[in-house]
Amino acid sequence: MLVVKNLKVNYGKIEAIKDVSFEVPDGKIVTLIGANGAGKTTTLRALSGLEKTSGGSIVLDGMDITNREAHKMVPLGISHVPEGRKIFPTLTVRENLELAGWTIKDKKLVRERIEEVFELFPRIKERASQLGGTLSGGEQQMLAVGRGIVTGGKILLLDEPSMGLAPVLVDEIFSQILAINKKGTTILLVEQNAAEALDIADFAYVLEVGYTTLHGPAKEIAKDPRVREAYLGV
Amino acid sequence: MGAIFNAQQIVNGLQVGSIYALIALGYTMVYGIVRLINFAHGDFYMLGAYAAYGAFFAFNALFVGKTGLMAFVVLIASMAAGGVIALLANRLAYKPLRYKPKLSSLITAIGVSMFLEYFLSALPAVGPSYRSFPDILPRVNINLGNAVISNYVIIDIVIAAVLMVGLTLLIKKTTLGKAMRAVSQDKDAARLMGIDIEKVIAFTFLIGGSFAGAAGLLAGMTYPRIVPYMGIQPGLKAFIAAVLGGIGNIPGAVLGAYIMGLAETFASAYNSLIGEGIAFAILIIVLLVRPRGLLGEKIADKI
Ligand SMILES: Nc1ncnc2c1ncn2[C@@H]1O[C@H](COP(=O)(O)OP(=O)(O)OP(=O)(O)O)[C@@H](O)[C@H]1O
Ligand SMILES: [Mg+2]
Repeated sequence: MLVVKNLKVNYGKIEAIKDVSFEVPDGKIVTLIGANGAGKTTTLRALSGLEKTSGGSIVLDGMDITNREAHKMVPLGISHVPEGRKIFPTLTVRENLELAGWTIKDKKLVRERIEEVFELFPRIKERASQLGGTLSGGEQQMLAVGRGIVTGGKILLLDEPSMGLAPVLVDEIFSQILAINKKGTTILLVEQNAAEALDIADFAYVLEVGYTTLHGPAKEIAKDPRVREAYLGV
Repeated sequence: MGAIFNAQQIVNGLQVGSIYALIALGYTMVYGIVRLINFAHGDFYMLGAYAAYGAFFAFNALFVGKTGLMAFVVLIASMAAGGVIALLANRLAYKPLRYKPKLSSLITAIGVSMFLEYFLSALPAVGPSYRSFPDILPRVNINLGNAVISNYVIIDIVIAAVLMVGLTLLIKKTTLGKAMRAVSQDKDAARLMGIDIEKVIAFTFLIGGSFAGAAGLLAGMTYPRIVPYMGIQPGLKAFIAAVLGGIGNIPGAVLGAYIMGLAETFASAYNSLIGEGIAFAILIIVLLVRPRGLLGEKIADKI
């Protein structure tokens, strides 16, 4: 279980996150929804150690992990699939996946997980020896999620996995996220695509300019008139 | 004119190019991974030469009759010196400034360079004047038709080639090499893979410094004299070679270095002043025509 309390993150003088609190119970899908600039990406970056926090706490399974260095978060079980995919362009698809297993001593386990990724995304398997930079946007997104699977955390942080994808691929990626969750990985999902995110999530939090405002079971949040107006366009 | 483009000139050009290449690789790798022009890099070359000199006199008595082994020990000493000093420079001078404005690191690099040169000149055991470098291996001239080539020239070319093949294997085939490429492409993504990027950066300095150190030994043996300021000129030329090839691009640095070595050798045979200036002329022309360098690309391996 991941517990975030009164999180604050500043970029220089800009207070991007002012007071964010939420919980991600084991085995569940939790989604953070919010407008552009609300602080969703910043929240995930703080969770994986890419940004330093200036207040509040992040506790994973009872252990305070606030402000640890990013590379030390990975072995603790945090896998972050970042906004904008961040594929290594001159490494092949397979090399991208292998590097995701950097902290795992047992290389057999890494190979098994790569096979798992190939099963989940057969398009990626076909392109295993192609350079990451030559993949289409949708394929890069699958590879990015695939790296998250190989890293193999207890909790997978997904930052807009559907960004820039055609509607068919959006459905595909959401059904794969559900499949990953069914296999036992806890998921924290950040999405612009609020309708789909609320559809697969167990719980939802609404982020507004650096604050968590509403929260509750995803089904209820999806019915909330304020959410419907602001994020679901109805 | 016929005499200018003969076999001897080509071999000599490759030898000069080999030394530039070993230095240029460190410039380009360090730039690729931390976007720093490490102006102290030529001094790692100088330190390699002095370490080799010191190791030779320290251990010579132990290796009587075993010149091959002695040469190997001297090579290791030069690489260790260049590598370790590069590591220290990174740890003490560059790392604390990593996320500060780039200009701070650049000025610091110039400071590190001057410090190393003046510090060595001030050390009583070293001093500011030229020292002649001992013959570690017997000097033999090889006659090839009308060309006379020193065995030292061949040794320089071969050792540089072996080191460069080793580096290529490291970067292309090993996981550490892949991590180096990953860190040079996207630091955040590399950290999310669990890579300790500071370790990878340190390793890059170690490799780059050790290559410069080896170049210092080769140059010391070949020319054969050393001085604390000996790194300035080759350092500058190797930097130009790296820019010529496309800074951050590994094959580019090697290509740029060989072009420089050959051009300089041919031009010097014609007129030694032109030889000195040719590097700069080539640089200006290439950068006018192709500002990102010969092999520099948008998504090149920036390491
Ligand atoms: N590196 C940065 N430096 C300064 N300000 C930043 C930086 N990154 C983000 N911000 C600011 O912090 C705020 C939150 O940004 P963040 O990227 O977390 O939003 P987001 O909710 O992910 O938005 P989007 O939906 O557009 O991705 C914004 O006002 C943004 O301008
Ligand atoms: Mg965002």
